[in-house]
Amino acid sequence: MPETQNIKGIIRKVAEIIIGELKLEDVTADTFNPEMDLVDELGIDSMDLATIALVLQDEYKIVIDEDDYPKLKSIHLIADYIQEKLTAKS
Amino acid sequence: MKTVSSLLDKEWYDRYKRISTLNIRSSIYDVTNRCNLRCKGCFFFSSGEHQVEEEMDVKKWEDFIDQEKGRGVNLAILIGGEPTLCMDRVEAFYKRLPTYCATNGLIKIDRKKLPDLMVGISLWGGGEDEKILRGRDTFAISSKNYAGDPYTYYLYTITPRQVGKIEPVIKQIVDAGLKVHLQLLSNDESVDGFSWQTSELKDLRHEMDEMLDKYPRTMISSKYYHEVITTGMMMGRRFGWNECPSVTESMDNRKPQPRRLIHFFRWAADLKTVHRCCTSATRDCSTCKDGAAHMSWIMVNKREHMKSTEDLKNWIEVYEMFAKLYSFIPW
Repeated sequence: MPETQNIKGIIRKVAEIIIGELKLEDVTADTFNPEMDLVDELGIDSMDLATIALVLQDEYKIVIDEDDYPKLKSIHLIADYIQEKLTAKS
Repeated sequence: MKTVSSLLDKEWYDRYKRISTLNIRSSIYDVTNRCNLRCKGCFFFSSGEHQVEEEMDVKKWEDFIDQEKGRGVNLAILIGGEPTLCMDRVEAFYKRLPTYCATNGLIKIDRKKLPDLMVGISLWGGGEDEKILRGRDTFAISSKNYAGDPYTYYLYTITPRQVGKIEPVIKQIVDAGLKVHLQLLSNDESVDGFSWQTSELKDLRHEMDEMLDKYPRTMISSKYYHEVITTGMMMGRRFGWNECPSVTESMDNRKPQPRRLIHFFRWAADLKTVHRCCTSATRDCSTCKDGAAHMSWIMVNKREHMKSTEDLKNWIEVYEMFAKLYSFIPW
C-alpha cells in the first residue's frame, strides 16, 4: 500500500488539512494528537467538518456522506473512515 | 493550541459538552399569508412576501414537511402571517419535527393536541406602542390565553420609544407566569420615531443587562447577546449582508461565503417560493436587528470565540439561550 494510503500517511494528511483549513496555530501534523476529540476539544462544528470533508473528498476521490459526520470525531477516526472507503473502492 | 478544556473549568466544560453536539438545523416556514393583525413595520406585508398562492391542501404540507425532514432539518420555525389561523398545518409540523410557532397570541392553541409545542408570542412594547404599531393591545389577550404555560415565552421586540420603560412590561410577563426573550425593532416601514439612534442603543444595552440581573428566571438572555445586538459588532466584525448566517442556501451567492446556517431555507406558504433570508429582502441588512440572526451569527462563529475563556463562555451562554428558546435543553 502506498504511504499516502496507509493509516499513518492518512492521519498525517488529515492533520495537515485540518491545520490548513482551520488555520490552527501552535500545532503541526507531527504534534497533532490524532485521538483528540475534534468537537469537544478543538471546537469544530458541522460547517468546519463540511469544509474539511470537501477537501478530503478531493484529496482521496471518495464521497463522505453528511450522515457520517457525527462518526468523524477525531483524526484517527477520520483516517479509519477514509481507509475503509479506499479499500472498498479498490 | 487552545482547546476547549484548556479554556474552561469543569462546570463550563460540562455546559459546553451539553450543547456541542446538538447540531441544530433550522429552517423557517411561512405557514400562511393571512394574519389577524396588520402591524406597522411588519416585514412580511411591507415586503410583499405574502403575495404567493398559499398551498391549501394539508396533505401537500405533510409531504413537504417529510421532505424537509429528509433534508436534515431538525427545527421548524413557523412564522406567517399568523400560523394559528391554520392549526392543521401547525399540527402537521408538530407531528413530524421539533417545532416552534411564532404567534401574536390572539388565538389560543389547543394544548391537548399540541402539549409541548414551543410558542413564542410577539410583543411590540407596552400598551401604547402596541396600539400605535399593531392597532390594539395584544398583551391583554395573549397573557390570558397563555398564562403559566411552560412552553410559551414572549418575544418582546423593543422599540426606541421603549428605552427606559421596559421593566413594567417584564413585570407584567412575570405576573403572567411566562418568560421573555428580547429583540429590537427593525423599522422596515420607516415609522416616524421608531428608528434607532446610537445613544438609545447604548442605553438599551444597559437596561437589558439590568433586567437580566433583576429577573434571571424570567429573562432568557445573555449580556453578550445584548452587546452584539445593540452594537451590531462581534469580535471586531460588523453585522450585515456579508456576515449574516440566515440566508437561504439556494440564494446565497456571497463570495467569500461567510459562516452560515447549514441547509437553512425560508419557505413561502406556496411551498415552492423561497425568500432571501429569515426576514425580508427589502430590509437594510446594516440596520437589521433580528434577534435570531444575531444569535445564529454568534453560534456559527464558535472557533472565533476560542481566543479566550471569556469569549468561549459568552459563546456558550448564547448557544444555551438559543437551545432553550427552541426547547433543545430545558429552561
